[in-house]
Amino acid sequence: MGAQLRVYRRRIRSVQATKKITKAMELIASSRIVKAQQRLAASEPYLIQLNSAISAAASHATDVRKHPLMARPEESKRAAILVITADRGLAGAYSSNAIKEAEGVNRMLAEQGTQAVPYVVGRKGVSFYRFRNRPVAGEYTGFTDQPTYADAKRIGDDLLTAFLTPTQEGGVDEIHIVYTHFLNMGSQEARVRRVLPLEVVDEVVSKESALPFPLYEFEPGPEAVLDGLLPRYIDQMVYLCLLMSAASEHAARRRAMKSATDNAEELIRSLTRQANQARQAEITQEISEIVGGADALSA
Amino acid sequence: MAELNVNVVSAERAIWKGPAKSVVAKTPEGEIGVLPGHEPVLALLVESPLRIEAPDGSKLLVAVHGGFFSVDSDEVNVIAEIAELAEDIDVDRAKRALDAARAAGEEEFAALKRAETRITVAGAAAGLR
Repeated sequence: MGAQLRVYRRRIRSVQATKKITKAMELIASSRIVKAQQRLAASEPYLIQLNSAISAAASHATDVRKHPLMARPEESKRAAILVITADRGLAGAYSSNAIKEAEGVNRMLAEQGTQAVPYVVGRKGVSFYRFRNRPVAGEYTGFTDQPTYADAKRIGDDLLTAFLTPTQEGGVDEIHIVYTHFLNMGSQEARVRRVLPLEVVDEVVSKESALPFPLYEFEPGPEAVLDGLLPRYIDQMVYLCLLMSAASEHAARRRAMKSATDNAEELIRSLTRQANQARQAEITQEISEIVGGADALSA
Repeated sequence: MAELNVNVVSAERAIWKGPAKSVVAKTPEGEIGVLPGHEPVLALLVESPLRIEAPDGSKLLVAVHGGFFSVDSDEVNVIAEIAELAEDIDVDRAKRALDAARAAGEEEFAALKRAETRITVAGAAAGLR
């Protein structure tokens, strides 16, 4: 066998092996998207109930606007940004899009004279900040493909503590989450959402006169109920963003792996053609050598 | 007789849904029992067993960890951060967690309460059977 043909055959084999891997990853990612979407749907009832309860409590509590989680400071000096990225690569531009979005928020805040304090989820994001020697207030890794409520709660607690610390002592005045919104299987986009100070309640207070809620008896009292519920809301927001990002991560990975598989197939096809050509050239050469030899003998 | 429609959900998923004769829950102020026709209530929950009595008289126990519940026109919504049916509780794991939390002392008070609630619920459920 000719040297050229051998080289082609070897390359085909290696591309085939790669294709098997990317194909497997594509299938795994597809099944995980479905799982992540189911978890997203499963968490919905909780959010709906929580929202309506907060609205109800907020409409009964006095001085809602003075609540520490809702009061807007006159000027915000520092803002926390929670950036949600992936733990693993091979997901196309998923992590870098989230980081890019976060950098955009960063710039926007800097223009307003606010200092951004990053909290990072996912190893990809962590290494981005570490490589640039930029300090990170909190890093959370190891669960981005299947986040649990406990993970979200840990992050939520940290963010809340930072928020409740006075600005002079290193606390923050705003909290933003950069996550990847899952539009559908085909498209996801990085988005920013401000969680604190709370915005939901603003709408509620304005609708107060309508009073769409039953006349609840609050136990221990509307203010205490609100106090108990609002931190849950933050946790839930973080959880939701984590789940949404996980679904997007799997979708991005599936897409990246699909195009890798397609590329491998394309490569195999063209390499096979070249290998066939090399084989045919070899045969042609051998025949002409034999014919030439025979001619020389008979002449 | 009128029945309560009970719906228990945790942050991660829906836990249980069904009719009931009564629901007993624990708030920071103390225990509160809900029967059909109860006035609308929105109350916080503490780490505790939630007791649901089904129309056929059988009892169901759920370990709830934080959250709240609302009652409105015989609809009872229990919204817990973490909620587990008694049969889903891994007693051995809870016991290990309890020991670990005891060893850690003050800092792990929440974990201690969680583990205690789990064991109480699982134990009580075993007693009912």
